[in-house]
Amino acid sequence: MKKLIYLAFVLVTFASCSTAVIINEETPSVDTGVNPDSWAVIPAGPFYYGMHALPESIDYDYEMMITDVTNLQYSNYLNEALAKETISIVDGNVMGFYPGEPFDNYKHEWEIKAGDYLHMPFTEPGCHVKMLDGKFTVDKGFENHPVVMVTWYGARAYAQFYGYRLPTEKEWAKAARGTDLRAYPWGDEINEHYTNYGSSHNALQRLYGGNISRTIPVGYFNGTTYGDFETIDNRSPYGLYDMGGNVWQWLSDDYSKVHYRYMRGGSFTNYEYNIFVWARNDAGADFYNINIGFRCARDIVKAEPVVEGSEITEEIAE
Amino acid sequence: MNRFNYLFTSTKGLILTAISLVAIETAIFQTLSGPMVEWGIRDLTVKWLGMDLNPAERAGRIIMLYHTIAMAIVAIEVYMMTSVVPMRKHEQKNINLLVTVGYIMAMVFGLAFAYWGHNFAFHGLFLVGQSLVFFSGVLLAIAFNPWKKEYYVTNKDYAHFKSGMDMERMAFFVMAVAMLISAGYGAVTGSFWSNGHETFLAEDLIRDPNKTHLQKAIVGHLHIMVTLVAVSITLVVGRRLEFKGLFHKIAMPFMIVGTMVISGGVWSVVWSPNAHTFIYIGSIGVMFSALMLVIYSWKKLIHDNSIELGYKKPNVFQKIKALVHDPLKFGPTWQMVFMNFTVSGIGIFMAIKLEDIFRVWPAREERITLTGHWHILAAIIATIILMYYADIAGIKGKARKWFGWVMIIGSDIAFASMTIYSMKRLFIPQEVAQQGLMNTTMLLADFGLGALLVTTAILLGWKLFDLFKGDGVWKKEAADPELKTTRTSNPVLNLKKENEFNSEGGEQ
Repeated sequence: MKKLIYLAFVLVTFASCSTAVIINEETPSVDTGVNPDSWAVIPAGPFYYGMHALPESIDYDYEMMITDVTNLQYSNYLNEALAKETISIVDGNVMGFYPGEPFDNYKHEWEIKAGDYLHMPFTEPGCHVKMLDGKFTVDKGFENHPVVMVTWYGARAYAQFYGYRLPTEKEWAKAARGTDLRAYPWGDEINEHYTNYGSSHNALQRLYGGNISRTIPVGYFNGTTYGDFETIDNRSPYGLYDMGGNVWQWLSDDYSKVHYRYMRGGSFTNYEYNIFVWARNDAGADFYNINIGFRCARDIVKAEPVVEGSEITEEIAE
Repeated sequence: MNRFNYLFTSTKGLILTAISLVAIETAIFQTLSGPMVEWGIRDLTVKWLGMDLNPAERAGRIIMLYHTIAMAIVAIEVYMMTSVVPMRKHEQKNINLLVTVGYIMAMVFGLAFAYWGHNFAFHGLFLVGQSLVFFSGVLLAIAFNPWKKEYYVTNKDYAHFKSGMDMERMAFFVMAVAMLISAGYGAVTGSFWSNGHETFLAEDLIRDPNKTHLQKAIVGHLHIMVTLVAVSITLVVGRRLEFKGLFHKIAMPFMIVGTMVISGGVWSVVWSPNAHTFIYIGSIGVMFSALMLVIYSWKKLIHDNSIELGYKKPNVFQKIKALVHDPLKFGPTWQMVFMNFTVSGIGIFMAIKLEDIFRVWPAREERITLTGHWHILAAIIATIILMYYADIAGIKGKARKWFGWVMIIGSDIAFASMTIYSMKRLFIPQEVAQQGLMNTTMLLADFGLGALLVTTAILLGWKLFDLFKGDGVWKKEAADPELKTTRTSNPVLNLKKENEFNSEGGEQ
């Protein structure tokens, strides 16, 4: 009997050591009704920054995408960029030029010289943007999921291609928190009805069962009831969805002495303390992962910003 | 002696009280994080106990929680030291009284402040508690004064200076003084709270190139405090295992110099870019000293247990059997060896490969490895304390073996799993393929820690049950409260004064 128990223990241990990839390449499509091409205006003015809520201010209006960039948006960009030869394909990787950065020769600082850098390893598991017959396409059902497996270089290149930019940490923080002291973009509470994070059960897995996708479509948590699962609208005070949870978001800042690239928002793998509006993460600019994406910011050039629906416009006007 | 006096004045009772309070605190507060959140247990705890968990104050709460547990652990070590190191009875009594009142005040009012609204009177009383613990440390350092002639060694088997001054006592003294200065680092910086210094968790600053002096002081403070707690338990375990002879004579100078260098190195983090060089040199001294203890104690265990097992000329396998015969005696030093795989080894590997590997990973993953390695060190110290306590509690027979082996195997499985989990990207770079490894390591860690906690709960349950008996074991412990050990000096012999020292009855 003892031997049997021992054998069973060993078998279970080895079985659970499997390195099989669990991310599938197809998932049921879910229409959230949120348009990822929409932007929201973040007005100039004071706000509270960081865990210690220090008074800060941004003295210009700017816009940010109301959702993370989706797989479909990124795939379309890759096709356009490939046609215009601003990117290249090398051994299953999207590569692109980066002009380099000033080097301070500080302890642990690595130098980033001008050259071609990795944007997206599209042949690696976990990447839902694929290349078929020379064209980039998206795994079925993942079109409106946030793009992941994209490096900071890849995120920057996307933004630059369309005349946008990545938001700075402060821009992101104001867009997420607004002008009050909330801990999460939607308020001070968190549970599985607000967002996709480490302590929630993946909403798509609830809906369709099985071990399917770990990201969920952008704008999923908008108050809609999917099946018998109710979501709560998780928009930030300025109308941005998913500023906490789902995927980390690359930001633009390059601080002196280091070349880490910072991220905010937390992801589906993280517990709640990573979802706080002040929580930061960072990695090398060429790092990519299944839980890192981005959204863009842009300066306001038009008198009337394009925003989604009248609600946001009214909110801003208030 | 009644039960109250047993629990709050006798060495064995005081240790039991402190372990029980830490166990209760751990049992409650572990429900606030990790998988307990998704299982809904956290919400139940918060609701039932009426806690106030403001998200913005999470870092502050965690810092308070760490301090309340640390004070109790320091108190346990103080009880052990005041029992095994010769000193006057009134010194032992005063030190134990102060540290007991101090750690209980710090624990009760610290938690009340952090988790049940912010009544600043409670914060004040938390500081009073910590101050009492500090003051007991001052008295402890005075009591350890190695220059007092009555504490010079009378048995030349113990490490000593030419004059006869006891080197082990000097090691205790240096550790106590270093701990007081290191506590001061935290206290002085804490006094700037909200006045130039803001609450932070050290792991969140790791990649910030612009740390302030106050931040560096706190990072140094937390590292050196855990280190000195480890130095202290190593010295206490050495006494328990009757450390002496050549290995003792080699170990103690390294321990004294190592403690001084590592402490100085950590303090100099605030202003010196070369601080880590001193920290590494000091670490080598302390770890080499611990290695001497391990070699000595394993040789002794093999020798003593071979006699008990009836081996006249034991072969290799019989030697191993003799070594592991008593897990409560073998366990503490084995944990010191195991620590090298999960703490020191990891630290050295990270330092060597910092730029190639760890700084390329996301900060949150480096953070897991960093917090993992010191949680493991703290937990290893806890298992050593628990094994020591089970030993002095007199557990015998199969219960002794079960307790010891569950402690060793459970904790080692858990800590090894956590180490692998925290460095999973080394083994499986693609995160999409890590789930299997994560499942396995989490399962094993939960299994190991669960076994550990259940075993501890059984031990404490037994002690609680015993307290209800009129003539329970507690009564015998109350009558014979001191920890049995050989002592490095015999002040009674030196001064020809009886009934004055804690060490009467101790063998040499």
